Amino acid sequence: MTAPEGQDYVGFDTITQQMERKFLKRGFNLNVILVGESGMGKSTLVNSIFTTHLVDSQGRRTAQEVIRKTTEISPVTQTLEENGVRVRLTIIDTPGFGDQCNNEGCWVPVIKYIKDQHAAYLARELKPFRDRIINDTRVHACLYFLNPGSRGLRPLDVEVLKRLTEVTNVIPVIAKSDSMTSDERTLFKRRVKEEMAFHRISTYPYTSDDDDEEDRMLNASIRDLIPFAVVGSEETIDVDGTSVRGRRHGWGVINIFDESHCDFVHLRNFMLRTHLSDLVEVTAQRHYEQFRTSQLRQIKELRDQQSAAAAAGVLPGAVVPQPPTAPLPHQPVAQV
Amino acid sequence: MAPSAPSITSTMSTRATTPRPSSYRYKSEKRGMTYNIMLVGQSGLGRRTFLNTLCEREVIPASEAPNPDTANVADPMRFDTYEVKLEEEGTHISLSVIDAAGFGDGLDNTSCFKQLQDYIEAQFDEVLVEESRIKRNRRYRDHRLHVLIYFIPPTGHSLRELDIELIRRLGEYVNIIPVIGRADSLTVDELQTFKRNVMRDIDFYKLPVYNFCWDESDSDALKENRDIMDFIPFSVVTCDEVLDNDYDSVRVRRYPWGTIEIDDDSQCDFVLLRYILLNSHIADLINYTEDVLYENYRTKKLEVGGFGEGEGEGEADEDDDEADEDEPSSASAKKQA
Repeated sequence: MTAPEGQDYVGFDTITQQMERKFLKRGFNLNVILVGESGMGKSTLVNSIFTTHLVDSQGRRTAQEVIRKTTEISPVTQTLEENGVRVRLTIIDTPGFGDQCNNEGCWVPVIKYIKDQHAAYLARELKPFRDRIINDTRVHACLYFLNPGSRGLRPLDVEVLKRLTEVTNVIPVIAKSDSMTSDERTLFKRRVKEEMAFHRISTYPYTSDDDDEEDRMLNASIRDLIPFAVVGSEETIDVDGTSVRGRRHGWGVINIFDESHCDFVHLRNFMLRTHLSDLVEVTAQRHYEQFRTSQLRQIKELRDQQSAAAAAGVLPGAVVPQPPTAPLPHQPVAQV
Repeated sequence: MAPSAPSITSTMSTRATTPRPSSYRYKSEKRGMTYNIMLVGQSGLGRRTFLNTLCEREVIPASEAPNPDTANVADPMRFDTYEVKLEEEGTHISLSVIDAAGFGDGLDNTSCFKQLQDYIEAQFDEVLVEESRIKRNRRYRDHRLHVLIYFIPPTGHSLRELDIELIRRLGEYVNIIPVIGRADSLTVDELQTFKRNVMRDIDFYKLPVYNFCWDESDSDALKENRDIMDFIPFSVVTCDEVLDNDYDSVRVRRYPWGTIEIDDDSQCDFVLLRYILLNSHIADLINYTEDVLYENYRTKKLEVGGFGEGEGEGEADEDDDEADEDEPSSASAKKQA
């Protein structure tokens, strides 16, 4: 407390410390969903980012295991603590996504899960006696894993990204980028950005009117990097006496923290050190609000219909015949 | 890992590729051995650069940037054919490589298998027709597929449904050799584990990959072939650039953390695979296609096409009555076979 103690000093600037204390006591929730085909390095990456073994890879490793036929949703929750701050971290893996011969609709369970969390939060919010603090299970970030080496987005990526970006903050990554040379990476990133612009797929971070110059510059540099070309590793390797987290190949050692090797540091800093609270806030203010608005509107419309039916003397629950809203083909327009 | 690769390739060099007599293949040295390879795999696994590295020249040019609006459209499968003339240890090879572009790249890929099967069968049918002609074409070029190289992505886990279905459906029509594309994304241990998992899947699902040991009569080669099968699936890394040293040109891929040499057999199986494909086993692959795969197909096709009623009622008559339009003298062809 180094605030000047002159007579004109009010002291409301201590609110940041008051908030911090409250926050330390309460902790916070962070929910991240991983979407990508099996073998893309999802589990390894998330374990690398949080430097803890949080999730096991769900890939099939024995011949006896059955091959999944649908996308499963498997959330895993752990509480991590750092310098007194507690986070209830939920990682939602999606094994089976994109792994079949026919991947039509493989995104449906994923979108449904995300929307269900919004719906659950809304339901708790609307309760007459609601909790003081609602347990937030809404998905704050989606790491979408792109296939390295493809020319750009694949048809599956376009379909899924269009839908995902409407319901959550999407961060596209290339997790196994150690098979791409620097030139290939640059080319791939450029193509992905062009294709996303063409299909109007907007990923996180978004532009906002509240942004000041510093925010804008930071976001611009993040957008430049997207998709993040990262390499994940849970192993430490000895290189000339120092321990590095990386991968050892016959032709060299990758240090995942080396910025000339991959974008891991940038991704981690972005997700956790600069934009963490923004991810949570944007989920609440943008995605949840959109969901809430459309849900409440639907509820209102339903109630209007029911009250109109009640006024017309029809028992609630009966099917009310609706006048046709458009003329049926080959028939004269209905005279209502 | 490939500690024994050097010994395999050195003993293999003593096996000459003597063309064995065949009822159909033309042996003209000048024209070169007719050899047809198909490359199948999702885009991004290095099929095209594999061909360029295999032929040691740019057969398929690097493609220009696709338009952004094509990203969400899965192209239907294309069969792009490239003709290359090679010379390997004195043997001229008239190589035809078919790149099956578009396999597995769409949302629903279940129709890809049928398209591939139709393509392969069409080549067999052409030969069937040609064989049956009264007057055969001396210059006829055989387009039967002798080997299909299937690219598996380096997931590190096991085979995917797509991989299993492909091998299962096409193994009876063509010799399938599975390879791991972009194998430089796997460390040595991961590669070993992955290869082991893939082999376990192949055994468990009884997948019909090419059996190098099919000719059990050739006992000298049997040991060698068993050793080769330990390498399946072959790890492939393809050449990005060529570095010119003082004494040599080295084909490499350069990363910020190191440079991988394509021709170093301790780093990938490319050299071994190339030797197998173009030198030591070219005759085996061609012979198995002609003597076994084609013959099986032919028998099946003629049985189905020839008979409306039961079998064994005087095959020659049945053929005359019920034969396809394309096979006017299939009866005589059967007698010759």
